[in-house]
Amino acid sequence: MSNFIFQALNGLSSAMFLWLVAAGLTVAFGVCGILNVAHGSLYMMGAYFAFTSFQILGLNFWLSLVFALIGAGIIGFLMERFFLRRIYDQPIEFQLILTFAFILVFDNLTKMIWGTMLIIPTMPSLFQGTIPIVGRPFPIYNLFIIFAGIAVALIIWVILNKTWWGMKLRAAASQREMANAIGINIPMLFTAAFVFAALLAAIGGALSTPIRVCDSGVGGAVIIQAFVVTVIGGLGSLKGAFVGALIIGVIGALCTLYVPFIELFVLYLIMAVVLIIRPQGLFGGER
Amino acid sequence: MVLEVNDIVTFYGQSLVLDGVSLEVDKGEVVALLGRNGAGKTTTLRSVMGLTPPRSGSIKLLGIEIVGKVPFQVAALGIGYAPDDRRIFPDLTTEENLLLAGHLSKRKNGDWSVERVYNLFPVLRDVRTRKGGFLSGGEQKMLALGRALMTNPALALIDEPSEGLAPLMVAALAKAIREIRDTGVTVFLADQNVRFCRKTADRGYIIEKGTIQYQDAMKNILENEEIVKKYLVV
Ligand SMILES: Nc1ncnc2c1ncn2[C@@H]1O[C@H](COP(=O)(O)OP(=O)(O)OP(=O)(O)O)[C@@H](O)[C@H]1O
Ligand SMILES: [Mg+2]
Repeated sequence: MSNFIFQALNGLSSAMFLWLVAAGLTVAFGVCGILNVAHGSLYMMGAYFAFTSFQILGLNFWLSLVFALIGAGIIGFLMERFFLRRIYDQPIEFQLILTFAFILVFDNLTKMIWGTMLIIPTMPSLFQGTIPIVGRPFPIYNLFIIFAGIAVALIIWVILNKTWWGMKLRAAASQREMANAIGINIPMLFTAAFVFAALLAAIGGALSTPIRVCDSGVGGAVIIQAFVVTVIGGLGSLKGAFVGALIIGVIGALCTLYVPFIELFVLYLIMAVVLIIRPQGLFGGER
Repeated sequence: MVLEVNDIVTFYGQSLVLDGVSLEVDKGEVVALLGRNGAGKTTTLRSVMGLTPPRSGSIKLLGIEIVGKVPFQVAALGIGYAPDDRRIFPDLTTEENLLLAGHLSKRKNGDWSVERVYNLFPVLRDVRTRKGGFLSGGEQKMLALGRALMTNPALALIDEPSEGLAPLMVAALAKAIREIRDTGVTVFLADQNVRFCRKTADRGYIIEKGTIQYQDAMKNILENEEIVKKYLVV
């Protein structure tokens, strides 16, 4: 039993990374209608920026987080303002091709800037150590990740439901033309929404650096997991992204404990079963 | 003049829909745009709103040229738009639909409030916390109009206000539109329901084949059997 609880908690902390990526993917898709295949690359850029400011520039943990957010926010701004904006009204294939091209660009950019070496993470002293949970040492940092993920979920909920900006996002998400006609500056709102999505990815990436390696392929790997999460939860639903991330994160971790080697098989099986029973995903059609 | 439309030409893609429409709406008037299915009524309103911009011609709102402006700029200059298919924000509650429009209003001196919209359409008060997507067609119709008013417009563009409403609601709506005019909002509406237009409008334009064919005081239009037969009878 203690094995189970311990491993479920581990799963919960990986679920939070999935959640942060899937949340941004969902915002970009739900509001702007863009299926951003390069969303994992924004996560990766967040990770590289955080690594650079923490390990190379020697900033503290929180400042490197801010640094990563600013960097990814600027990238998100440029992507939307100069590229994605041109293809909102084009068929979805154009989005896939353009955003896939961004994966290649970012992968090579990181290789050019940071080289191909694997980056070995260090844990900020703030989070070093463990605390005992069910009699075993659980890393403080993983606990922090769980809280951070939940905090971000609450913040998103408040923004969407309790602010004017969130109300505009909800209005524009389903009635773009009418939102425009009652006075919402849609191009500006979409830029802001896409930057917001980029920030969510970057938080995930930046928080991953103390425990995961940065490498230039991570963007593609992350986006595939995020797609699995959103397919299970329902594309376009934030609630679905959260629940989907919990399912994949926790069940994935439990599988490595009880049925190692077929973990991926189980995850794709879950996805297949959800797709057969509820093709729109668990919370598809809701927001 | 609140609205001056001068010789606008509007296309959907390659197909010409408005072939030189001109009309005027004076302050405090309720003006109806009448015409059969597909005559170009909706397209005229969409052209004014900037949703389907005209290729040529001029549209002036309170003397300011608005051709070339995008819809959110047109809204800010003082046009409230209630589309025929309602376009309620489905994830926002009734009240949020109204509040958002009020928040976006650039004309803060206007005095429309949620409370006032509820007084105009009391049914909306009963569904204030319901999501827009779960309202009935009639409730959505009123909400669309209430939402347009919340932007405190100088001019309200209302597309097919009476379409699909039960007779009792049509009568209530006609009364509401007179009330709206009495508060100082100029109204330009498109509707096929001749009887409804007689109750609400002061003046009418008849559009057919993408141009204005006829215009007169509403009561004269209805007395002119030849015109009614030629352009309006369904
Ligand atoms: N999105 C569109 N693309 C192409 N053609 C369109 C489009 N919308 C309308 N049309 C055409 O433009 C013409 C005018 O349509 P419009 O909707 O303005 O007419 P209407 O007078 O509002 O008719 P109704 O009484 O049916 O609402 C019609 O022939 C219609 O088929
Ligand atoms: Mg129409």
